[in-house]
Amino acid sequence: MPGNDHYEEYLLREIRAEQLELSLMEVCGTHTMAIAKSGLRGLVPPNLKLLSGPGCPVCVTAQGDIDAVIELVRKPGVTLATFGDMMRVPGTDSSLQEERSRGADIRVVYSPLDALELASQHPEREVVFLGIGFETTAPAVAVALEEAVRRGLKNFSIMVLHKLVPPALEVIFSDPDLVVDGLICPGHVSAVIGTAPYEALVEKYHKPCVVTGFEPRDILEGIYMLLRQLRNGQARVEIQYRRVVKPEGNPIAREAINRVFQPAAARWRGLGLIPDSGLEIRPEYEQWDARKKLGITEIEDRPIKGCSCGEVLRGKLAPNDCPLFGQRCTPMRPVGPCMVSQEGACAAYYRYRRI
Amino acid sequence: MCLGVPGRVVDLLENHMARVDVSGNLLEISVRLTPEVRVGQHVLIHAGFAMQIIDEDLARETREVWEELQRYARQ
Ligand code: SF4
Repeated sequence: MPGNDHYEEYLLREIRAEQLELSLMEVCGTHTMAIAKSGLRGLVPPNLKLLSGPGCPVCVTAQGDIDAVIELVRKPGVTLATFGDMMRVPGTDSSLQEERSRGADIRVVYSPLDALELASQHPEREVVFLGIGFETTAPAVAVALEEAVRRGLKNFSIMVLHKLVPPALEVIFSDPDLVVDGLICPGHVSAVIGTAPYEALVEKYHKPCVVTGFEPRDILEGIYMLLRQLRNGQARVEIQYRRVVKPEGNPIAREAINRVFQPAAARWRGLGLIPDSGLEIRPEYEQWDARKKLGITEIEDRPIKGCSCGEVLRGKLAPNDCPLFGQRCTPMRPVGPCMVSQEGACAAYYRYRRI
Repeated sequence: MCLGVPGRVVDLLENHMARVDVSGNLLEISVRLTPEVRVGQHVLIHAGFAMQIIDEDLARETREVWEELQRYARQ
């Protein structure tokens, strides 16, 4: 199949011919960013709405959980190893960045394996890795825990805030106030979970799902495939991003998750408590569970005043409809996590806004 | 953190590690979750782990969509 220079144009022409009022939702922060960057929202006809969903792991983390992490770094002897995007996320009265400037030992790492190295270099410290993210990061964290067990690292533990994508999609689809006609499914999460979870959703809610890649051409093709199903009255799972996503996903990665973690109820910003939508460390690995080891208690969510992240994450409000957007809330002075994270919808809208 | 990047495996190392080329930078990652990966293949990397082998032979267009649009274009 030859590459065609006009392929994107053809796709866009077909998409623009759509007459029906339709809402498609993307549920991956990387899609949110890619769509904003390509200016696609301005290219599709006004009857076609592209909504952003709860696809940014930092953004969906509950306020109480962020406050719990802040409580954790205040404990003596603790070194926190975290992915960089957590640093500036505002808790109720502080952020990790502020805590670091006050003397907390917080290290930004790229991989949970780097946190293991820290633990073996600093046996006098309790090195806690902040396990956050969806099914794309959970397997890496699971392997790191197993490696810690194998190496007998006793000063290593994990604070788990992992979330699972399919239960959140279920909440979105079953929300009577929110009409989503089709789903642009996350490319990389699907590389792990495969298509089975979407098959179950399609069966129950009869909405088309297309697993889509991240280049403009992929996204246009994914949208076209959704519209084609909707026009023909179909609801199926299709994979547009075939070079990366296999229908079976990555069973080895899923097994790693299941060996170390078990599903647990989790609190999501904007979506509330969702049963079995998070992960917790299995009892047999309890001594590597930072919450238990360091006695971190549950902290209630205290919503950030004036921030509409919750509505943004449900697709009910576009970021630029938030009264604080671009005024009191900017990436330099973010009010809510959706403006902090690279993958946050508010940050994406702000960065690529058309002035 | 959810950002996945593609890299090409240049060397397989001990303990399920591999050296990969990510846009000209050499990184060491774990291939424990993609044990069948071979030197020369591309992988999708998340948090220092290869999460999936990328099938470079699969085109960037979905064949039926492409053919359908070709038909429209000729009309
Ligand atoms: S613009 Fe700022 S305050 Fe408004 S929803 Fe987004 S992050 Fe919250």
